[in-house]
Amino acid sequence: MMKDMIPGFELIQPSSVEGALNLLEEYREDGWALAGGMDSLGWFKNRGKRPAAVIDLEGLDALRGIDETSNGIEIGALTTLTEVERNPLIRERFSLLSEAASKVASPQIRNAGTLGGNLCQDTRCWYYRYGVSCYRAGGNTCYAGATEALNREHAIFGANRCVAVSPSDTAIALVALDAEMVVRNSSGERVIKADSFFMEPAVDIMRMTVLNPEDLLIKVRIPNTWNGADFYFEKASDRGSWDFSLVSVASAIKSTGDRIDDARIVCGAVQCIPRRLQEVETMIRGQIRNEDTAAQAGSMAVQGAEPLDYNHFKIPLMENLVKRAVRG
Amino acid sequence: MSDTDAFEPVQNASAPSPAVGHSDTVVIMPETRPEWSRRNFIKGVIASGVTVSGAIYFGPALTRPQSLSAQGVERLITLNINGQTRRVDVLPGETLAMTLRYKLGLTGTKLGCDRAECGACTVLISDVNHYSCTLLTHRVGNREVTTVEGLEGANGQLHPVQQAFIDELSPQCGFCTPGQVMSAVALLRSNPNPTRDEARIAMAGNLCRCGAYDHYLNGVMRAAEETSNA
Repeated sequence: MMKDMIPGFELIQPSSVEGALNLLEEYREDGWALAGGMDSLGWFKNRGKRPAAVIDLEGLDALRGIDETSNGIEIGALTTLTEVERNPLIRERFSLLSEAASKVASPQIRNAGTLGGNLCQDTRCWYYRYGVSCYRAGGNTCYAGATEALNREHAIFGANRCVAVSPSDTAIALVALDAEMVVRNSSGERVIKADSFFMEPAVDIMRMTVLNPEDLLIKVRIPNTWNGADFYFEKASDRGSWDFSLVSVASAIKSTGDRIDDARIVCGAVQCIPRRLQEVETMIRGQIRNEDTAAQAGSMAVQGAEPLDYNHFKIPLMENLVKRAVRG
Repeated sequence: MSDTDAFEPVQNASAPSPAVGHSDTVVIMPETRPEWSRRNFIKGVIASGVTVSGAIYFGPALTRPQSLSAQGVERLITLNINGQTRRVDVLPGETLAMTLRYKLGLTGTKLGCDRAECGACTVLISDVNHYSCTLLTHRVGNREVTTVEGLEGANGQLHPVQQAFIDELSPQCGFCTPGQVMSAVALLRSNPNPTRDEARIAMAGNLCRCGAYDHYLNGVMRAAEETSNA
């Protein structure tokens, strides 16, 4: 591990969102938006990414905080994960998100890491992180999917040349809550649904989200749709105290009595994007919420899984997590 | 360069060369110093102002002007550290841990992994614990930074957390201890009477390779008890 200086870059500290957007527009691929720095600084230290200019978002107070709106809540992208975890409004209405935020890494990382950063972070595929020239890095091979590759953390669904997975814990919660991402660049603003915010490798193998270099995630909106639903979040990882997910699940289920009216079930770390289980959601709608329905949901969830050499274990793990989520 | 040149023995490659400080400053090892140690040497050099450019730590490669510019341009900023105003030249990509240890001489803050994983570099910023290895110094601004050196009482007495760690024999090798102390102080400032489970979660970002986790937890619980009884 190198313990030396981060290679030089120009550090620019804008004090307004407009200023930051103009800088992102100016530098494009050579620029880097720095939020909490928890993902970024590792890249810089390892020389995996070498931006010419780092645009420090620290001074953009407008992007911090949690507000109530007429039909839900809005969370500024620079709000720290600790704030998301502890905020009373989020705890009261969308405890799914508080719980997801509380499971992200360690206390110090949650104190510095932001919600926006957690959503936009790069994948943890450790071949890619090591700096090899793989598909995701612009090369023409995938090391993690190769014969004899060590890929127990990798995808069991939706691999397309790249077999990396989405590492974000809050992403699955936000997809389950039908959240919307407010994205801005110097020419305007657009709103993207959480379940189309993440990028599949089949579409663009070099990006984890739909954000272009000049875009900035401004805030996350959570509608009141799932307020009051029954939530379930579970993250399975190698270490109990803190680690990235091996498989995680977030669900929101609304029922009348025992009968399920509507549901959202999303799994993390099984695909390059948060994997929303729409077929399972449809199947359990109208069913009685019991052990049988849960077992059906679990086995349906893993249909079509394509494990790599070392991650077969993710299939029963995911099946059981979905089962628990539906059983409640 | 011709092929034969490549096989020529490199002249003077192994010849002893003096450790080189900032640009043309030559740092001579203080051979006559009676209590010679690496720490005293580094601190002595810091006191003489040479490492304010960071050259001792960053090595001779940095002493060439072209390499220095590859790191960007240093800017003089003012930090608020342990209640003192400290002015220091900081590179764009410099982390707070680097600034504290190698420019300000506050070597109580340790660098373990340098990747926001181990917690040895934990410091408080506005009473909240942060990994100083993964925070650019330029982002700190005028927020209050507290390092383990800043916990000392007016008469040099230990902080209750430090005393409790001694009483509970919490540290084993001690390398992770400053970070453990800082996380415990951060916890007790926001939650003076934590449950053992709350303490366990709050201390989770500090790894201990000796595995003395329960001893540290005992220390945190004792410190909580003693400060609330005081």
